Amino acid sequence: MATNEATSNVKRIQVRRFKPEEYPEKHYLNEEKGIWAWMTTVDHKKIGLMYLASITFFFFVAGVLAILLRTELLTPARSFMDADVYNQVFTLHGAIMIFFFLIPSVPAALGNFVLPLQLGAKDVAFPRLNLASYYIYVIGALFTLFAIFTGGVDTGWTFYTPYSATTGGNVMAMTFGVFILGFSSILTGLNFIVTIHKMRSPGITWNRLPLNLWGLYATSLIQILATPVLAITLLLLTMERLLGIGIFDPALGGDPVLYQHFFWFYSHPAVYIMIVPGFGIISEVISTFSRKVIFGYWAIALSSLAIAFIGFLVWGHHMFTAGQSSLANMVFSFLTFLVGIPTGIKIFNWLATMYRGSIDLKTPMLYALVFLFLFTIGGFTGIMLGALSVDIHLHDTYYVVAHFHYVMMGGMVMAFFAGLHYWWPKMFGKMYSEFWARIACAILFVGFNMTFLPQFVMGAQGMPRRYFNYIDQFQSFHVFSTIGAYVMSVAFLIMAGYLLHSLLKGKRAPSNPWGSRALEWQAASPPPLHNFHHVPVIINGPYDYHKPMSEFQLGIAASHNGHHHHGDEAVKVEKSEKEQA
Amino acid sequence: MNRFSEFMLPPQKSTLAEHTDALFNFVNVTSIILLAGITFAIIFFAWKYRRRSENDVTPVITHNNKLEITWSVIPLILVMIVFGWGLNGYMNLTTPPADAYEIRVVGKSWLWEFHYETGHVSVNELHIPVNRPVKLIMSSDDVLHSFYIPDFRVKMDVLPNRYTSLWFEATEIGESVIFCTEYCGTAHSNMLARTYVHSAEDFITWLETAGSADDDLPPAELGEQLVVRNACNTCHSSDGARLVGPTFQGLWMAEREMQDGEVITADENYIRESILEPNAKITAGYQPVMPSYAGTLNDRQIDAIIEYIKTLSN
Repeated sequence: MATNEATSNVKRIQVRRFKPEEYPEKHYLNEEKGIWAWMTTVDHKKIGLMYLASITFFFFVAGVLAILLRTELLTPARSFMDADVYNQVFTLHGAIMIFFFLIPSVPAALGNFVLPLQLGAKDVAFPRLNLASYYIYVIGALFTLFAIFTGGVDTGWTFYTPYSATTGGNVMAMTFGVFILGFSSILTGLNFIVTIHKMRSPGITWNRLPLNLWGLYATSLIQILATPVLAITLLLLTMERLLGIGIFDPALGGDPVLYQHFFWFYSHPAVYIMIVPGFGIISEVISTFSRKVIFGYWAIALSSLAIAFIGFLVWGHHMFTAGQSSLANMVFSFLTFLVGIPTGIKIFNWLATMYRGSIDLKTPMLYALVFLFLFTIGGFTGIMLGALSVDIHLHDTYYVVAHFHYVMMGGMVMAFFAGLHYWWPKMFGKMYSEFWARIACAILFVGFNMTFLPQFVMGAQGMPRRYFNYIDQFQSFHVFSTIGAYVMSVAFLIMAGYLLHSLLKGKRAPSNPWGSRALEWQAASPPPLHNFHHVPVIINGPYDYHKPMSEFQLGIAASHNGHHHHGDEAVKVEKSEKEQA
Repeated sequence: MNRFSEFMLPPQKSTLAEHTDALFNFVNVTSIILLAGITFAIIFFAWKYRRRSENDVTPVITHNNKLEITWSVIPLILVMIVFGWGLNGYMNLTTPPADAYEIRVVGKSWLWEFHYETGHVSVNELHIPVNRPVKLIMSSDDVLHSFYIPDFRVKMDVLPNRYTSLWFEATEIGESVIFCTEYCGTAHSNMLARTYVHSAEDFITWLETAGSADDDLPPAELGEQLVVRNACNTCHSSDGARLVGPTFQGLWMAEREMQDGEVITADENYIRESILEPNAKITAGYQPVMPSYAGTLNDRQIDAIIEYIKTLSN
């Protein structure tokens, strides 16, 4: 970037206003044509969309599996599938949702699209690596599909030993798929960290970084630090099955609890890989639709980093009944409660942002509010599970299932939908039907609570998770929960309907339909191949709604890249800018 | 409050249950109050500060130290209360009284064995005295299991090659269900057992007579009972249905192909070997997952099961 070449600390640059082009004829979706152009593209936006298509596919597959599970659970005994099939289906539902949907959903799909735009950069730091990470994801996915069609996997998504080392099916192809997938995650994280450090436009200091990017930054740190541990664990598991080396198998002198330590050392931080970028989206959406400065910018930014850090130290709370020492249980319980504090701070900050705002309940905001409600329930029930004596009773029951669905689906997936609806006009240059989108959001909210609230009750009453058969007293809860799942699927069908309609026949979107002050909305909708024809210059924070829009549309005046200019209204503003370190 | 607690939780049937439930209720009530406040704020703000025009001007409120410290410190105090309370209950849960009555528990895919001081072994039936601390010393013969009695609020994983333990003191005579809560394969959800809580005298009587009660039954009838009592029927049907293992119906003297291609006749020796050393010969199309019953069933009981299988020959 231009300012990086400066030698002094303070540099004067000539800026002028660049109004975003409205309804552009040429944009990133049509500047290059053909399937080959897509497959070999290094454009972060297209790669983001390819991820989006892939995760949508996996969300659909794993969602169908969930409907099959819920349907089977309508009756206490066998309804229509065998126990072995059921065990494979719940394993795949969990593994696909987590590894192929939740982990890449916000960082790799939405993050890829929006991160360079929010930085005013033309792409990520390593565009080819970005494309490579997508193909690594695809190869990992192919291995998993191969595993499904060659014997299946019935270990649960946690692959606990010694069961996973001894059971039939194609566990190796599955774990190898997840192993490969990990590299995709590591490369994306690495790319994002470098991009955020090195490619910010002039004026984007650390305290003007959009909170979405703080979220992605914290997430990327976890991705590169934790994912290698998962890779090691799965490699050891593969060697265990293949060579019988006996790291985890007690029959060979190994320790099955060691596997759980390894596994959760990754998989607990992975929970934060899934949720922290969701926090980022919620900050953007609530500020935009309240048209108000975010409350407690640094509190939100630093709490993401705090969660990322403490998140590394709480893995043992998955193992309170596993046979680890009482001392370890005490320490892990204590640390678990500490994670609750930064999480609570965020929720209060978002509420305070709404206070005296100008609130517009458009679909993204509706999803953000749904997120606030459901995620709060997820958080409180997490406090419940962190309490040692209560966890002994609730561990491995439906209470845990309900808790993590409230956090992962009620939290993360709702945040993802908030982001999807928020950035949809930017991605495709089309608006969707606000009416149908709100209807779908309302139905989803009702269906979600119908599905998972009864699971808290069943779990507290003692219904264990991963049960094919269950005792009769739980049937009414299961039936209610299943009906809720059907209601949710109606919402998803409606969503698929209006989004498809938007793609094909939607009204064209203006560059900034929500009146946001964030930088990505100063690019055209959809943006040109290289995002901006100018180098944006930032003089305000991304949530400074008290400043006029014109101050958010500045760029370096000198035409140095040969691109033609669209902003014809040349405001001669001269600003002194602290040079970014 | 009591009705809410009764709706959410199983009956309290151990001395430890009350402490756990009190914390459960405390967290629930506190959470519901806070959630109601947050939900009210969401709805109230969304209505009160709804957008009135595109030119709405909003105040610049970037932070408020007093407010932020308040909403950090109060939750911190609350969670520390929950932490201490939970730790206190947990220490009770993991510290059995020195005079606890010990029972040895073995988890196998997919049954629970209970070994008593007299040498008696019961399968899927845990008999205990009321109002006396009982300590279970547990291990697994194969994969991970987890021993869970909801009515007692106790749970502990059961591992191969390592002993884990839990203790409780039942407070009322009656029955309670036991679940396996660590996923262990095909019949995980059928790995159920029951706790039978007896009065002190009844328990002693049961302990003395257990195992000899069946003496006067005809062998085939005894076998039929043993098949249920030892959870053989979790995996082997008597009506021809295919479960995890081959059905007993029509098994007697049938020609069966094994996994290695050998064809055997299901005679007394084959059945006896399959009970004591299940993985010596595996019928083609089935998995080698059955646990051994060596030490659980004596010769007379094995004979009885063979007699029972003979009656199912057609």
